[in-house]
Amino acid sequence: MADEVISITALWWAVIFSGVYHGVNPGMGWPLAVSAALMERKNTSLARALAMLAAGHFLAMVAILLPFSIMIFLVDWETEIRIGAGILVIVMGIYLLLNQRHPKILGRIHPARLALWSFLAAMAHGAGLMLVPIYLGICSIDPEDTGHLATQILMSNNISTAFTVAAAHTASMTLAGGIVAVLVHAWLGLTFISKTWFNLDIIWALSLVLVGCFGIYSGYYGH
Amino acid sequence: MNLRPDPTFHASPKLAMEAPAENYAFTVMFSRDQSQPDGIAVIDLKKGSDTYGQVVHKVIVPNKGDEFHHFGWNACSSSLSPLTGHAFLERRYLIVPGIRSSRIYVIDVKDPLKAHIHKTIEPEEVFSKTGYSRPHTIHCGPEGIYVSCLGGGGEDGTDGPPGIFIMDCETFDIIGQYEMDRGKQDKHYDFWWNLPQNYMVSSEWGLPPQFENGVVPEDLLSNKYGHSIHFWDLRARKNIQTIDFGENYQMALEIRPAHDPTKSYGFCGVVVDTTNLQGAIFTWWRDDDGVWQSKKTITIDPRPEDPANLPPLLQGFAAVPPLITDIDLSLDDKYLYVACFGLGEMHQYDVSDPMNPVLAGKVELGGIAKGKKHPNGKDFVYGPQMVEISRDGKRVYWTNSLYSTWDDQFYPGEEGGQMVMADVGENGGLTLNKDFYVNFPKGLRTHQIRLEGGDCSTDAFCYPSV
Repeated sequence: MADEVISITALWWAVIFSGVYHGVNPGMGWPLAVSAALMERKNTSLARALAMLAAGHFLAMVAILLPFSIMIFLVDWETEIRIGAGILVIVMGIYLLLNQRHPKILGRIHPARLALWSFLAAMAHGAGLMLVPIYLGICSIDPEDTGHLATQILMSNNISTAFTVAAAHTASMTLAGGIVAVLVHAWLGLTFISKTWFNLDIIWALSLVLVGCFGIYSGYYGH
Repeated sequence: MNLRPDPTFHASPKLAMEAPAENYAFTVMFSRDQSQPDGIAVIDLKKGSDTYGQVVHKVIVPNKGDEFHHFGWNACSSSLSPLTGHAFLERRYLIVPGIRSSRIYVIDVKDPLKAHIHKTIEPEEVFSKTGYSRPHTIHCGPEGIYVSCLGGGGEDGTDGPPGIFIMDCETFDIIGQYEMDRGKQDKHYDFWWNLPQNYMVSSEWGLPPQFENGVVPEDLLSNKYGHSIHFWDLRARKNIQTIDFGENYQMALEIRPAHDPTKSYGFCGVVVDTTNLQGAIFTWWRDDDGVWQSKKTITIDPRPEDPANLPPLLQGFAAVPPLITDIDLSLDDKYLYVACFGLGEMHQYDVSDPMNPVLAGKVELGGIAKGKKHPNGKDFVYGPQMVEISRDGKRVYWTNSLYSTWDDQFYPGEEGGQMVMADVGENGGLTLNKDFYVNFPKGLRTHQIRLEGGDCSTDAFCYPSV
């Protein structure tokens, strides 16, 4: 029981950590908040841009997690679903490893529609998928306990967990990205953008594979 | 693919100005009589170098008759906006179209002294995938590399309107036409944009029969060349407004938007006003209601001349028209350089107030019925034409040829290719540099210049100068 509490805590930390990981990556949008503040010469524009980026990212997380939260009321299939989800995440990672071209469709989005851009960028990079194995780990419950819980309650618990995971992840992402954006805007200056931008495409794809493997492992052995 | 952004990408125009100075120039060379292949000359610009001001490498293409004109980079500073999704592209390839052949070369200049052809796109592919011909201006933009074309389909390029097509910025495969709603646009020349503000502006020269065999005097005097500019919703690929300068403002060519992305104005040069032979610059801007406006803010007068000294084309006018054929704006949006191909002058205007430009400097070189020599005593054939400014705004380079058949009409019997440089004074002013004078190999003329690491007509910036 104590082990389980610790590992649930670890999973929540993984949700937070992945948010920070997305947040500090310039590719996920914080330079757009700096640009907005400079273009409109208002500090509030920075906060507004961050809010739009956060809204898009949150929706992308929810859009991926919700189908899984609805699926896992099929308690009998839990292991299969978790292994299947892990495979899906690995496949996405391998796809991104093999295809390092960037989606052109993002180039057609109006620069003011940051929420839409953030949503599609997260979708295209599998940011939501990265959370799926972690989320399923959090939702997983001891099969012996499930007998007396109504399916409906299980499902609504899982749905609210999905929203909580997406919110916690987005909040940490926005906080991390927001701190960098404010620092760059107020003190560090625009050279910081090109100086600190690293090509994480391969590391990102490998992170997906890693998280997918964790999903399969934890699905198979429970946790 | 780099692990870090290309060091020649700069977030703002100001950062680009503070970056190290250019080491090399790339300049096109083309054969007027198509007797030899065209090429790209690599010129050493390193101060103190033993080969300073010399052609240190040439990329000569395998075909003849391409007629190189304008060209551009595969990637620029706009990659630093997350919106592009391409932060790690390298500024490595020059996209060089043949305006006469419609063939496109992709030249790898990663090591300028070993520059070589990376890929060739044959004309048939351009025709079949785009319906356009005569590719011209290159800019890297949303979804890929944009290429403006002066001709539509068919043998003489008049089957359907000309326009822009997009190429993949990594594979250089042609994707297809850009326009989804071109509105009134039926001719094409230059285009450029403001990426964060999502607008593009395009201009008009004329259709291929109006320029390929020389300027058609009847068309010019009946005002049949282009005289409008078009404003586009860049990402929606839609023409949202067309401004007609007036039919006498013949040939609206170079579009130069302010580099600072917070600004919503720019300039367009008009070759000739057919009512008085003046050259004109229009300032265009977006007003508070979001409507685009334009106003003529610079005029340059023709110079009266004895018809006996003039080419047949101009004898009836007894004057030399300025012929504004290129303009370029410094990265701080302060100085606009205006090439007067007819008069043989390069003007520098202080455009700090874009509605009230003030002449700040002027250099005379070449010119119709004038032929002013370079301070080093050598000839400058034709007149000042394609102009390019160093990123720091301190050096202005230019070449001398306009377009093969047009050179011959305005400067009959002359032949040669030169590139020169002028130093910009601390508070404006322009002085030809005696030590910089590139004479191109015999039989080759020159046109556009690109500077290693970017210049003042390539990079679009996504962050303001602060």
